[in-house]
Amino acid sequence: MKGLSEVLAPETRKTLSSADVARIREDFPILKQQVCGRPLVYFDNAATSQKPRQVIEAISRFYAEDYSNIHRAVHTLSQRATQAFEAVRVKVQRFVHAAEDREIVFVRGTTEGNNLVAHGYLRPRLQAGDEILVSGMEHHSNIVPWQMLCGEKNARLRVIPISDDGELILEEYERLLNPRTRLVAVTQVSNALGTINPIRRMVEIAHRQRVPVLVDGAQGIPHLAVDVQALDCDFYTFSGHKLCGPTGIGALYGKANLLEAMSPFQGGGDMIVSVTFEKTTYNKIPHRFEAGTPDIAGVIGLGAAIDYLQSIGIEAINAYEEELLAYATQEVARIPGVRILGTAQAKASVLSFTVDGVHPHDIGTILDQLGIAIRAGHHCAQPVMDRFNVPATARASFAFYNTKEEIDALVQGIRRVMEVFG
Amino acid sequence: MSDLRDLYQELILDHTKHPRNFGALENANCRADGHNPLCGDKLTVFLDVSNGVVKDARFQGSGCAISTASASMMTESIKGKTRAEAETLFERFHQMLTSPPDVEVQDAEELGKLVVFSGVKEFPVRVKCATLAWHTMNAAMRHEAEPVSTE
Ligand SMILES: Cc1ncc(COP(=O)(O)O)c(C=O)c1O
Repeated sequence: MKGLSEVLAPETRKTLSSADVARIREDFPILKQQVCGRPLVYFDNAATSQKPRQVIEAISRFYAEDYSNIHRAVHTLSQRATQAFEAVRVKVQRFVHAAEDREIVFVRGTTEGNNLVAHGYLRPRLQAGDEILVSGMEHHSNIVPWQMLCGEKNARLRVIPISDDGELILEEYERLLNPRTRLVAVTQVSNALGTINPIRRMVEIAHRQRVPVLVDGAQGIPHLAVDVQALDCDFYTFSGHKLCGPTGIGALYGKANLLEAMSPFQGGGDMIVSVTFEKTTYNKIPHRFEAGTPDIAGVIGLGAAIDYLQSIGIEAINAYEEELLAYATQEVARIPGVRILGTAQAKASVLSFTVDGVHPHDIGTILDQLGIAIRAGHHCAQPVMDRFNVPATARASFAFYNTKEEIDALVQGIRRVMEVFG
Repeated sequence: MSDLRDLYQELILDHTKHPRNFGALENANCRADGHNPLCGDKLTVFLDVSNGVVKDARFQGSGCAISTASASMMTESIKGKTRAEAETLFERFHQMLTSPPDVEVQDAEELGKLVVFSGVKEFPVRVKCATLAWHTMNAAMRHEAEPVSTE
């Protein structure tokens, strides 16, 4: 990693040059392959991102050299593993600019983070007639946990509507907030439309009415510099696998006073101070929420992923991805018969589109035959599909290791789709 | 690269663009809904079955090229067939899409023009698209109340 940061000198660089990207691509072994006889073009980054060798090697090095269980033994390996594990907590804290490392809880991913807040925070506080406010562009993982709670407690799930451009209608949002609102749960970036929501403003508005806000950062953190203190959100959840890290690991950030007031979600080892058959005393935060042996190697991999992204620079990544998105939008929009869904002012890395007379699934198959991996479907956001009156869309989503040449291949691919169905 | 034309044959594209027997069947005595959650395909199959014979078959819904063409051609091929014949036809069709390359499909000639779907075999994730209408037809015959899902 040192090598890369020296070469790229993040402080001085505003975006990535094509030479930078060429060097970055060398770090991703998977990108070198051919699919269906063509060079792989990986445009399914919103579903999950690919892994640089720095992450892959960190995980295998950990297993080969330092692996042991954590927090449990006095032996050297356990101490090393514990140290490495807790060092990543600090890394995540700094990465999202949290005030303290105990505000970072390791979880399996965004989904588990959202569910932890639903059970540990909201469930004991929610009463019949209360309301939970989500947006119309949420991923199912930021809808279903709340819906389940509402069902159990006879509470009401309310929805902030979205405009034709795919932006949240803030006047409606303000109107929907009321004294019965117990939580706002909103995504930072929409995985189906690419919209970047004005989180800071939304938090400010909610806080005026003393309503806490959970931000689903699954799609935000891979593209934007995140500062949870500046956003002032109460909870922030994300998945490591969309951030060039391994699957099975993510984090929940929660303000310390809120986490302190939360009950544990799962019981077991590591989350206790003492156990007798009469009584268990729970551990302090964040350990209270980390029952059982965690995905230790996953945490190590997540740490390596954060190091890797920081060695390139989140600002540079963001600036370069904006260029890619602008180029792709311009080129794809030019193809007659193509409709782009999600035309918000502020967008990140997602191009959702439909082609007249062609089902997205067929677009996906044809592009795959050309080596281009996109997603076709509802993107786990069925309400968004309903809002725009389509059964599904085709979605190309970009990462900093993608290139304009790959976007040209996509454009040619879409033209080929039209030929087949011509 | 498996040729796209093997999958998207002219006949399939023709049925996609101009589906036959499309729309509700007023006097249907069997019907069922089918759903492929993976791609959002939804369709309804309507049948008029009397004395064990399919008198009429129609379908409605939206789906990808493969599922639409398959539904369209299915309605054509099962009309006039007995229940048992329609079910056997589905078995052959399913075999054609899923059997290993070196295994010959029994009585393949019964499939008639449905053989245009043989290319789907090269695209395993699309087999569900081709069979959705057939599964739904089966359910309709059995008067199953629950919607059919490919999952
Ligand atoms: C906006 C958003 N939220 C939540 C999730 C769920 O993430 P995970 O499956 O890693 O828990 C995703 C993943 O697709 C997402 O895009």
